Amino acid sequence: MLAIRTGQKVEFSEQSLQKVTEIINRYPEGKQKSALLPLLHLAQDEFGGWLSVEAMDYVARMLHIQPIEVYEVATFYSMYNLKPVGRFLLEVCQTGPCMIRGAEKLVSQLEEKLKIKNGETTTDGLFTLKTVECLAACGYAPMLQCGEHYHEFLDTEEKVDQLLDQLRRKAAANN
Amino acid sequence: MSRKILLDKIGIAGIETFPVYRSNGGYASVEKALKMQPADIVEEVKKSGLRGRGGAGFPTGLKWSFIDKKSGRPRYLVCNADESEPGTFKDRFLMEKLPHLVLEGMITASIALEANLSFIYVRGEFRWIIKILEKAIVEAKEAGFLGRNILGTGYNLEIVVQTGAGAYICGEETALIESLEGKRGNPRIKPPFPAVSGLYGNPTVVSNVESIAAVPWIVNNGGAEYAKIGVPKSSGTKLISACGNINNPGVYEIELGLPVKDFLFAPEWCGGMKNGKRLKAVVAGGSSVPILPAGLFLKTANGEDRLMSYESLADGGFATGTMLGSGGFIVYDEDQCIVRNTWNFTRFYHHESCGQCSPCREGTGWMERILHNIENGHGKMSDIDLLWDVQKKIEGNTICPLGDAAAWPVAAAIRHFRDEFEWHIKEPKECMVRNFGIAEPAIV
Ligand SMILES: Cc1cc2nc3c(=O)[nH]c(=O)nc-3n(C[C@H](O)[C@H](O)[C@H](O)COP(=O)(O)O)c2cc1C
Ligand code: SF4
Ligand code: FES
Repeated sequence: MLAIRTGQKVEFSEQSLQKVTEIINRYPEGKQKSALLPLLHLAQDEFGGWLSVEAMDYVARMLHIQPIEVYEVATFYSMYNLKPVGRFLLEVCQTGPCMIRGAEKLVSQLEEKLKIKNGETTTDGLFTLKTVECLAACGYAPMLQCGEHYHEFLDTEEKVDQLLDQLRRKAAANN
Repeated sequence: MSRKILLDKIGIAGIETFPVYRSNGGYASVEKALKMQPADIVEEVKKSGLRGRGGAGFPTGLKWSFIDKKSGRPRYLVCNADESEPGTFKDRFLMEKLPHLVLEGMITASIALEANLSFIYVRGEFRWIIKILEKAIVEAKEAGFLGRNILGTGYNLEIVVQTGAGAYICGEETALIESLEGKRGNPRIKPPFPAVSGLYGNPTVVSNVESIAAVPWIVNNGGAEYAKIGVPKSSGTKLISACGNINNPGVYEIELGLPVKDFLFAPEWCGGMKNGKRLKAVVAGGSSVPILPAGLFLKTANGEDRLMSYESLADGGFATGTMLGSGGFIVYDEDQCIVRNTWNFTRFYHHESCGQCSPCREGTGWMERILHNIENGHGKMSDIDLLWDVQKKIEGNTICPLGDAAAWPVAAAIRHFRDEFEWHIKEPKECMVRNFGIAEPAIV
């Protein structure tokens, strides 16, 4: 297991803390551990797109469970990133139905354009490329997920360029 | 053969909002169910002949009737929206377009099961769908269809949207329950079945989104009416998510019993093969079901037209048939390589195995490596028999059906496309691009 300590204190914002209470209260008395997956998503969103040991320990304390119970879960599910990722995590589906509609080409185009290999992050910290398994978008292949959005039918180089441009503009606008 | 009862209102502007959904007859089944005896609702679902749309096809009403009500412990309904079977993208469509239909089904089903807390477990990647569902829940609550004292009847129900976090195995009902308890998605040994001991050790029913979405129509119109749609034993309509090398990939509601030839080639459904290519093979019900070569897919071994129904697709058993499964319909043209596809699927199962049972954990890895070698020109003839042997040793020897789901596609690929494996081994340099093997391409 990858376990990275940053030595930094993590703390949810006021707004997230409110959300935490809301989530925990959804479950029956004594079953607050059910909130673990949702809270890890919340932590990952708030603490830069990945989970440090500090972030996992913080969630454990909130739920009054042992840190190991959090590590077990965080290592099981593929959506939790246990090491830092770029600002935009590009998750390309590589499973059969996407493969036969050009997923492999999409991956190699992205590798070429971003000058990174699958699993790596660009030096400017903007993009991380990752292949993932079926995202339930098989009819709209090839596709990738970036944050909340599915980008589907990425079957031409122009569309890939457009997407990367759009994300770069978004990053520039926010900076 | 194009009757719609799930997607009939899909074209109505604003149907995803409560007021529009309600003014088009929405939530009538909740009003009706609240006046019925819970056992009578279950009886209607039984009469409808509705079979679980998540993949296994087990009769929904019968499953609901097993829920333990005698112990007096809390009962839970869990709607399975994990949708991760490769080729399947239909539940996503329902939740996106008709969130209130899914909620209405969940409320009506909760009334039948006498549950006061129900969950919808949505795969974590569907972040926008989680928002759609949460908004719909707020709307339904404001209108008095959810929360305390629903429509003044004294019945209370809360629905919680739970997020997964990327694990195919959490679609398996007991793994889903573990995940919902905040744990790794390791399937449980059955029995006990969830109907007796499920979430938090209490009686639980897990049903697929599409199964639950069919319930409002059944309650409104009666189980007997539903049973008239489709064909005997495969009653009703089914959502099929069609993908691969076809002209019109997408989600279609079909009446069960539609000839596969029509579904595949008629312009209102798949619209035939893309770029005028020939049909090579079809995986009819998600990656876990056996692949069939074109000839055997269009006609059964007896020469009858194959139909989109549980029975017709399964005709001939695994020797010459397949399964309707989840309705993930993957179409392969003559340019596709069966060895590469099988390797890809096997990698998927290896990646998704929870690791509890050695036949599944180790066997999927073995199969992946053997297939990788064959695909990359390093295969030996004996590898084909080894592969056959490994899949045989996984099938039936594991805690959950993921092991079988990993074994069946490999078995079917060897069974129907052995020549193609041999060709890869004999001619390692020329990777497979053209149809090869015993598959008879259909002339389109
Ligand atoms: C590995 C595996 C994955 C599964 N994935 C799903 C899924 O994503 N969605 C689903 O509804 N059922 C899935 N199932 C089937 C469920 O275990 C369960 O049978 C189903 O949710 C019951 O609902 P139904 O009777 O309405 O089909 C899966 C089963 C297995 C073994
Ligand atoms: S069959 Fe595979 S996925 Fe299922 S419990 Fe065993 S190891 Fe886990
Ligand atoms: S195979 Fe890529 S989304 Fe399903």
